[in-house]
Amino acid sequence: MRTIETTEITKQIKEMCIEANYFLPLDMKRAIEEAKDAETSKIGKHILGKLCENMQIAGEDMIPICQDTCMAVIFAEIGQDVHFEGGYLEEAINEGVRQGYQEGYLRKSVVGDPLIRENTKDNTPAVIHYQIVPGEQVKITVAPKGFGSENMSRVYMLKPADGMEGVKRAVLTAVKEAGPNACPPVVVGVGVGGTFEKCAVLAKQALTRPVQEFSKVPYVREMEQELLRKINETDIGPGGLGGMTTALAVHINTYPTHIAGLPVAVNICCHVNRHVVRVL
Amino acid sequence: MKMEKYIRAPLDTETISSLKAGDFVYISGTIYTARDAAHKRMSEALAGKGALPIELKNNIIYYLGPSPAREGRVIGSAGPTTSGRMDKYTPALLDLGLKGMIGKGRRSKEVKEAVVRNGCVYFAAIGGAGALLSKAIKASEVVAYEDLGTEAVRKLEVENFPVIVVMDADGNDLYEKTAENRNDG
Repeated sequence: MRTIETTEITKQIKEMCIEANYFLPLDMKRAIEEAKDAETSKIGKHILGKLCENMQIAGEDMIPICQDTCMAVIFAEIGQDVHFEGGYLEEAINEGVRQGYQEGYLRKSVVGDPLIRENTKDNTPAVIHYQIVPGEQVKITVAPKGFGSENMSRVYMLKPADGMEGVKRAVLTAVKEAGPNACPPVVVGVGVGGTFEKCAVLAKQALTRPVQEFSKVPYVREMEQELLRKINETDIGPGGLGGMTTALAVHINTYPTHIAGLPVAVNICCHVNRHVVRVL
Repeated sequence: MKMEKYIRAPLDTETISSLKAGDFVYISGTIYTARDAAHKRMSEALAGKGALPIELKNNIIYYLGPSPAREGRVIGSAGPTTSGRMDKYTPALLDLGLKGMIGKGRRSKEVKEAVVRNGCVYFAAIGGAGALLSKAIKASEVVAYEDLGTEAVRKLEVENFPVIVVMDADGNDLYEKTAENRNDG
């Protein structure tokens, strides 16, 4: 049994919210830079160049990469031999978000009620996914999510007979409908299987995989590669203004499902695909 | 042919008619910000015969909710939000004299019709480039709906603010163009 103070969780979450909104993970940064070099459309290359410049300014001048500093999405994998002391864990996480968004000059983009729509003014609450795992460590992933691309994400309840072709069609449909709205080049997280809500969480988790690291499952990897190629043939391009860089990666996660169903979620993320991981 | 053009805001008819879909444009002068909540309030003001908080005639609205400014700075990160969410409110504003919009993403058929009917222009700024775009903003002042926080209406002074014409006054739409007719060799 290991004891962790919840004040430590607050501190970590605060730092991670700030880091995520000012510094893209190296794999994302590299993918955008490589795309800029490879892009053949003039306007596409111009836009990718500006995105590289933007990342540099963000880090050097401490201006968030994007003004939409997101709703904080947090994955907490908690070892079952961990005991928390000092207060309610969920409140400690939200306190970290509160402090991070305040001290980090991040935008407060959360409304307390989806229909009354009054801003909570501290960007809480976060969306938190807990998982109990073996061991005595805590792995936290802070993956703030912007809503330009979140709004273009989709869940499809396909039929088993739709099969692999149906899944591919669903992904391509979502990406084409998203077009310029989702701030391409995008990263496409896909969840296949599970239930209605499970596939959506799988898709969100898929966005946190290091970009362009393909699935270890051979047929899934093939689908990822084929979809990436097809998405980049759509000519949506950077900013939706044409070019060969529409997506930087397609990541698919799968899970067992019911004999009657084939749920598919497509979670689209803009080029500011933020995630910071820490293990305590 | 894609052109680079330097223009002043507020806009005039001559400037608008010179702008074509695909042009790279640098805007200097005064523009206003408004996004979802401010559009809703303006729409409610119009429905109740109330006064609008800003003069629309010849002006440009930038769909922006900036991040907070650090001490000594004008503004935080300041890139465009998705324009389509404003589509419901936009035709009425264009009919009242609004001439330009800056955002990102597709517009509805109704907005396109109002753009053509009133001789207006829709620009895109690069989505997700808020740090870079903030450098072209030289002054920022909240002029209405302060309680909306980031969604308040701001008056901005901009200098060579970089945008691309997506929809011109003739209704040409850059998002609908293909590699063949984009003139992007």
